[in-house]
Amino acid sequence: MKPKAIGQFGTKLILTCALALSPLLAFADSKPTAIKIGITTFISGPASVFGMPAKAAADLYLEQLNASGGIKGVKVEPIFIDEGVGGDRLLSEYRRVVQEQQAAVMIASISSGNCNTLAPVAEDLKVVNLLWDCGTEKALENHAYRYVFRPQANAVTEMVSSVIYLLQTKPDFKTIAVVNQDYAWGRDSWEIFSRTLKQLKPDVQVVAELFPRFGASDFSAEVSRLQVLRPDVVLSTSWGGDLDTFIRQASQRGLLQKSQFFLPLGETSLERLGSAVPDGVLVGARGDHYFLNPQYANDARHGQFVKEFKARTGTYPIYSAYHMVQALDATVAAYSKAISANGDKWPDEEQLADAFRGLEFRGLTSGVRIRPEDGQGLEPQLFGVTAASNQFKFKVLKDIVLISPDGVTTPPGMKTQEWLGTLSPELITEIKAVRAQP
Amino acid sequence: MNLFDVLLLSLLDGISYAGLLFLVALGLTFIFGVVRIMNVAHGSLYAFGGYGAASLGLWLGQDAGSTSLSIALLLMGAISVGCILGTVLMLLLKQFQHRDPILQLLVTFGAFMIFEDLQRLLWGSQPYFVSDVVTNMGTSELKGVTYTNYQLFFVPCAAVAVFVALRWFLNKTLAGKQIIAVTHDREVATALGINAKRIAYLTFLVGAILGALGGALASPTTSLVPGIGADMIVLSFAVVASAGLGQVTGALITALMIGLARSFCVYFAPEMEVVMPYLIMVAVLLVRPQGLFTVVQARKI
Repeated sequence: MKPKAIGQFGTKLILTCALALSPLLAFADSKPTAIKIGITTFISGPASVFGMPAKAAADLYLEQLNASGGIKGVKVEPIFIDEGVGGDRLLSEYRRVVQEQQAAVMIASISSGNCNTLAPVAEDLKVVNLLWDCGTEKALENHAYRYVFRPQANAVTEMVSSVIYLLQTKPDFKTIAVVNQDYAWGRDSWEIFSRTLKQLKPDVQVVAELFPRFGASDFSAEVSRLQVLRPDVVLSTSWGGDLDTFIRQASQRGLLQKSQFFLPLGETSLERLGSAVPDGVLVGARGDHYFLNPQYANDARHGQFVKEFKARTGTYPIYSAYHMVQALDATVAAYSKAISANGDKWPDEEQLADAFRGLEFRGLTSGVRIRPEDGQGLEPQLFGVTAASNQFKFKVLKDIVLISPDGVTTPPGMKTQEWLGTLSPELITEIKAVRAQP
Repeated sequence: MNLFDVLLLSLLDGISYAGLLFLVALGLTFIFGVVRIMNVAHGSLYAFGGYGAASLGLWLGQDAGSTSLSIALLLMGAISVGCILGTVLMLLLKQFQHRDPILQLLVTFGAFMIFEDLQRLLWGSQPYFVSDVVTNMGTSELKGVTYTNYQLFFVPCAAVAVFVALRWFLNKTLAGKQIIAVTHDREVATALGINAKRIAYLTFLVGAILGALGGALASPTTSLVPGIGADMIVLSFAVVASAGLGQVTGALITALMIGLARSFCVYFAPEMEVVMPYLIMVAVLLVRPQGLFTVVQARKI
């Protein structure tokens, strides 16, 4: 090679390197060409009953956001990761999306186990991570993360308000039985529920604690045993196919007429179960989102979302779809906040993370506040009673009440187990469930 | 409530589940007789049988209110799924019939994964079901506990009917005797003039239809979700391994044992329910590694 040729080659090499590096250099404070958001959701496995509606909601939301110019003129590109692939593969996918694809925000995940795994990883990679759907309070409690937030309630808010709702609606029940799935959520939610119940109404007797296998297809023996025991209340925090099967088999055998059923995650199954659910079952919604929530039934944005979601998927949105929108709305709100705090310049990752602290934003239903101390989101909880409707082929909720998160959530800095021990029966009257009004 | 009542109730609870388990395990054992490997894709037959029957029910029999139509649809769903998937599997395995058995096992495993994805493609991931037939059949009450007639009478009767029909078919008909001969020793059977290929295909189809029938009969009481096939294959493997490969009566008794043990557990030790089938399997295999009902086999030289 001649000296001149070497020179040309060298120039080309430098130019190529410069071109390759330019996206990194441009990152500093000018706008990026696109914001990449990594989203973990269940595309396979039983939990895809939550994952698929949420993915549809994300697609719908982002199409509209990008059509109206994205975030401050920057388009948002989602990168979906399947949570169903499990542990190690999920972790390496997550790292790949952050490190190679340069995702600016990660929205992960549905499974509490995955949240516990990914939160410290996000902290390590210095990328904002929104725990968008998982319930476990342990993911944030006593961790003091800088980059990890939860734009929705946690299991403590959900379960403590469930106990209060039950005690306010059926104050005189004496016996309760539980039928939960045998895995982390089934066990943990019952742990919080039963602890709280013991504090608030110590004389209630737990007559059976049944934890059928996750994905069980036959609940005959459970249903028979409950028919023999005749508990006043049967609680189940199960979801998906497990809950559908349990309710179907219990309903076919008349158990739902004999005991009062309380299903804190029942909202997600109502449409599928159709007439298998009798009137009068108590149902919760993991948040205040329900497509017929009277407060937001006439809200233009919410109404539009429900209509488009139904047109696209053939079903009405369930809570996971709302949680997804909530996470995306939180991201949009945090960007706006961070940009104005940064003198209208594009924020870096740390400035973006700081914007989430104490952020107040609204998804499709009530406003959510992210606690500045620990990044935990506070949202009200919705409960209702099933009733037939002449408009829908399945049961809908009536007598809808909302319980606000204050007083039913572990205060920042405290451990849930200690805090639950401080609860007293006065809480039942202190916490006011508000009837949802149009 | 005395012990006798509890025993009676758990017997009734366990019997319908045992019936389904028996049908699926029987199919598995049957197919083993021909291809000499554990057909992992049998789980897909169960799942597809369920989905197929539910789809037929939704499509043709929804709200018809006719019990016999619903039953006919369940059977039709099972038979068509069994014939189609059974043939596909058979053709696939044929390509590998002279290869290492481990490889053949892996082929059925691969087929299982493909079918699992196909199932999600066709029916999606949302739980799926049709339960008209259960509602139509009504309920019965015993000791203050309500049972559906479907689980109390129909499923167990269907399983027993299949068992009796199969015993009759194997022992009394020419095709049945040929199946026994081929399963027992293919070489000798061929030498005696039996068309082993045709018989093997027939056996494979019967096995596949039985697997699909299990799924079809389960579909009115359970939600069909991705992954039900995997659960069933594991349990029916436990049945087949405990009973001894190729044992029809053994499969019936072991399925009953496992079904009943599960429901006893719900009354006495709910925490043990999940592991019960495997505890039984381990206990049986420790004492009789060849399975409970295996008869002495002639050694080939």
